[in-house]
Amino acid sequence: MTNSSSFTPTTLSYRRAFALVFRRDLTIALRHKDDIFNPLLFFIIVVTLFPLGIGPESNMLARIGPGIIWVAALLATLLSLDRLFKNDYADGSLEQLLLSPCPTFIIVFAKITAHWVITGLPLILVSPLLALLLFLPDNSYGALLLTLLLGTPVLSFIGAIGVALTVGIKKGGVLLSLLVLPLYIPVLIFATSAIDTAAMNLPYSGQIAIIAALFVGSITLAPIAVSAALKVSTN
Amino acid sequence: MSDRVSPLLQLKDLTCIREDRILFEQLNYSINAGDIVQVEGPNGAGKTSLLRILAGLSAPYEGEVSFQGQSIYQESELYRQHLLYLGHLVGIKGELTAQENLMFNLAISGLDDQTAEDTLEQVDLLGFEDALASHLSAGQHRRIALAKLWQSQAKLWILDEPFTAIDKKGVLKLEQLMQSHADNGGAVILTTHQDLQMPTERYQKLTLEYRFF
Repeated sequence: MTNSSSFTPTTLSYRRAFALVFRRDLTIALRHKDDIFNPLLFFIIVVTLFPLGIGPESNMLARIGPGIIWVAALLATLLSLDRLFKNDYADGSLEQLLLSPCPTFIIVFAKITAHWVITGLPLILVSPLLALLLFLPDNSYGALLLTLLLGTPVLSFIGAIGVALTVGIKKGGVLLSLLVLPLYIPVLIFATSAIDTAAMNLPYSGQIAIIAALFVGSITLAPIAVSAALKVSTN
Repeated sequence: MSDRVSPLLQLKDLTCIREDRILFEQLNYSINAGDIVQVEGPNGAGKTSLLRILAGLSAPYEGEVSFQGQSIYQESELYRQHLLYLGHLVGIKGELTAQENLMFNLAISGLDDQTAEDTLEQVDLLGFEDALASHLSAGQHRRIALAKLWQSQAKLWILDEPFTAIDKKGVLKLEQLMQSHADNGGAVILTTHQDLQMPTERYQKLTLEYRFF
């Protein structure tokens, strides 16, 4: 009596699923402009306050410039992480996404990529301007951009694990920082070291290679961890 | 798939414990194609917990759920192709318009999103396509979420309080839709505190008691 022919199981190609979630998150961010401007504004404010606090001495600023830019970028990312899953969790759309017929890996990957485009990419675009403000030597600009380009996705992907673990907790902000910050330290160390080395006209490919390894490792492994963490959080 | 006819969804010895309280214990039940099951019970009896376990969102303390003879945990991706779950949070984004919300909901379930406009007509939301969902009411949010039912290809519908904030006419229409879904060989599991309008022999009741220990 069962008439199974009237139901065709639905399937969804990975590429289409990625595009759908990515486009949806970008649309939401563009209509809710705080998501883009808050981290960017924070980044700019922190960096511009340093010359005022320390004094406009170019040698000193050039010496600490890479560290300032990277620490500010790291904190700006941390500030924006909360929005990655929180709203979706609160209105129930996270459940719907987890129950979609396509693997959670793809959906999570799309969401984190969208998060990076919204928060990481603007930081990279504005960083040369801030580097100018901090009297960074000309030959370290390439290293700065390259480390940011490889490093900020690492921050988004690793941070997403922390967010996924804390999304069910009402006030998970402090816990999130404690979980995620230690994992950010290697990126910070190698990125600033690469920029310093570049300023001395020495080859910095070693540091870049390590950041690139972190980049590849985090974009392949983090979505798996995030999917598992989300399952636990929505339980 | 096994040769013998296995029920669409089989619950075996399900036990759920929340906050040190046993919600239900050793629950056995099977749902066949064509069934409409109303889960009823007082607040806090574990209706939503049961539905979340059946949808695979939560894990039971003990027991097993199988869909067409296969465990829903081992074959979760396959199961999700046959499942439509709507929780009491409807997952409508305020930043998107009614039509964008529905188009996304349809597309992410692998359905044709070009039908969104016609589907909105089914739930009496024609004229609100381009209104941001944040400007719409709670009942209209639920209508957007429920609109997916009209296009669904899923065999099993699990609906948690689908009638909340829906007007009488809308409830009637939904019940008719559920009946025709069941007549076509699907199955519906729902919770609601209202009595269903359909004839009593058409649906079954699964009653959960409130337990104190």
